[in-house]
Amino acid sequence: MVLITGYVKMNGTEINIKKTGFLKEYFGTIFTSLSSLLTGMKLTGYYFIHPNKIITEQYPDNRATLKMAERFRGEVTLPHNENNEHRCNGCQSCEIACPNGSIKIVTKHEISEDGKKKKRIDTWVYHLEMCTFCNLCIEACPSKAIVMGKKFEHSVYDKSQLVKILNKPGSKVMKEAEE
Amino acid sequence: MEKLHLLFVFSFSWLASHLNMWLRTGIGNSFLLLVTEMLIAGISLLAFLVILCFFLGYMERKVAAFMEIRLGPNRVGPKGSLQIVADTVKLLFKEGLTPDGSDKFLFNLAPFVVVVTSMLAIAPLAFARDFQLWDVNIGIFYVTSISSMAVIGILMAGWSSSNKYSLIGAMRSGAQIVSYELSIGLSLISIVILSGSLRLSDIIQSQANGWWIFKGHIPVLISFIIFIIASTAEINRAPFDLTEAEQELTGGFHTEYAGMKFAMFLLSEYINLFIVSAIAATIFLGGWMPFHIGNLTGFNHAMDYIPSSLWFFGKTFFIIFIIMWFRWTFPRLRIDQLLNLEWKYLLPISMGNTLLVSAMAVFGWYL
Ligand code: SF4
Ligand code: SF4
Repeated sequence: MVLITGYVKMNGTEINIKKTGFLKEYFGTIFTSLSSLLTGMKLTGYYFIHPNKIITEQYPDNRATLKMAERFRGEVTLPHNENNEHRCNGCQSCEIACPNGSIKIVTKHEISEDGKKKKRIDTWVYHLEMCTFCNLCIEACPSKAIVMGKKFEHSVYDKSQLVKILNKPGSKVMKEAEE
Repeated sequence: MEKLHLLFVFSFSWLASHLNMWLRTGIGNSFLLLVTEMLIAGISLLAFLVILCFFLGYMERKVAAFMEIRLGPNRVGPKGSLQIVADTVKLLFKEGLTPDGSDKFLFNLAPFVVVVTSMLAIAPLAFARDFQLWDVNIGIFYVTSISSMAVIGILMAGWSSSNKYSLIGAMRSGAQIVSYELSIGLSLISIVILSGSLRLSDIIQSQANGWWIFKGHIPVLISFIIFIIASTAEINRAPFDLTEAEQELTGGFHTEYAGMKFAMFLLSEYINLFIVSAIAATIFLGGWMPFHIGNLTGFNHAMDYIPSSLWFFGKTFFIIFIIMWFRWTFPRLRIDQLLNLEWKYLLPISMGNTLLVSAMAVFGWYL
């Protein structure tokens, strides 16, 4: 007896008929599906008897000791070093990369010691209220000036408070990050 | 010593017979006596079921949480144990809305039909030694026929909501229950063949020298597995929860329900879970029968000291845990996969298995 297994193609022209090995396939399916289900049950059963593996953070109870994950995206930040210097050279790649216009770089021209005109940032405006935390600006920045911060408690009473100037007053660009 | 003695004597059957004696002295009329006893039994059963559902709801959420590496409810009451009570109070305060275009009579009737059918099936269960509401001689037959009636309530709910999602959910439930009923029946029949009776107390008695799952070798093990799979489908729990399928049907047949009417569907879901687990424990794991090993008299005596009700509930909760374990591990099946599993795998296998079991019974190939 020929038993039809396998699949029928959508247009119905090609029918995959297996004449041999039906029983093997039938019981093979049972065996593989049972074993894969048991693999899943083994994992959940393992978690069930290991409560120390629980990953729930009891926020805000543990607010003081809360540690966010490595790749958590809280906000875009522009880190400054101890001499009040950052790495942004005002190339505006981030502004172009941002899909929703959350970044506005206002630039100015400075005359350096050797008399050359240099492009420098005036204000680094970040609209947190529009940001979708897509990380594209950080990937676009050629001098790695901006990074994602871990702070996430951003609630305020007025959305104008969410427009942030990231460069600190009087800050300068680092020597090695120029152009 | 006197106290200790009382502890061993105390059992549900002792309680029942003493209550009966006490009532007999108070009420002379035998009809009135019967009515009073029925009322007491009904009210205590209802109270038991509500408490059971609270507990099962809590258990389910905790089991789910631990399996998904979460904490689960942990704010209301010690370790979150009063969360379900809080949820019930919330549902009580919600408006029991009836949609405008619905068939109002059927819409309001459906939750009651669902709950009543689940409660009916509990009648022949033996909770402990000599403690059974109704020891009917067609126990298994009664339970299977009542449990297949659950689909009427679901279809009623889906149809009367006049909502396409509800209707699709209800129709799926119909297809599902009609197909899986067959495997359930065949797997139960294998034990009926072996024990030679449909009466639940006889089936339990037949396991006095060993539970069927041990006595019946591989064929009974296969019917046990088939019963667990098919009854998970029968009570519409994940991975067979196509009737609810939140992602596709926004809740299936109970999409339109709110407040206490919704809570009744939840109640019946947990009662059904308890019933199928209790049936599996009774049929395959010996009900309230203690665990005995051959001729180890000392061990067997020690096992006898554990109350029979504890045995019954222990086994039942073991199976409930397994069904919960399924739910929080497996992904949901598609409708074609669901029917495939039943008609191409479970049904042929259980038919062959029934044949094997019959051969076993005829030739006496069991202990
Ligand atoms: S994370 Fe995305 S949305 Fe936010 S500022 Fe950067 S590019 Fe714009
Ligand atoms: S943050 Fe980076 S990409 Fe944006 S202007 Fe500065 S250097 Fe250019």
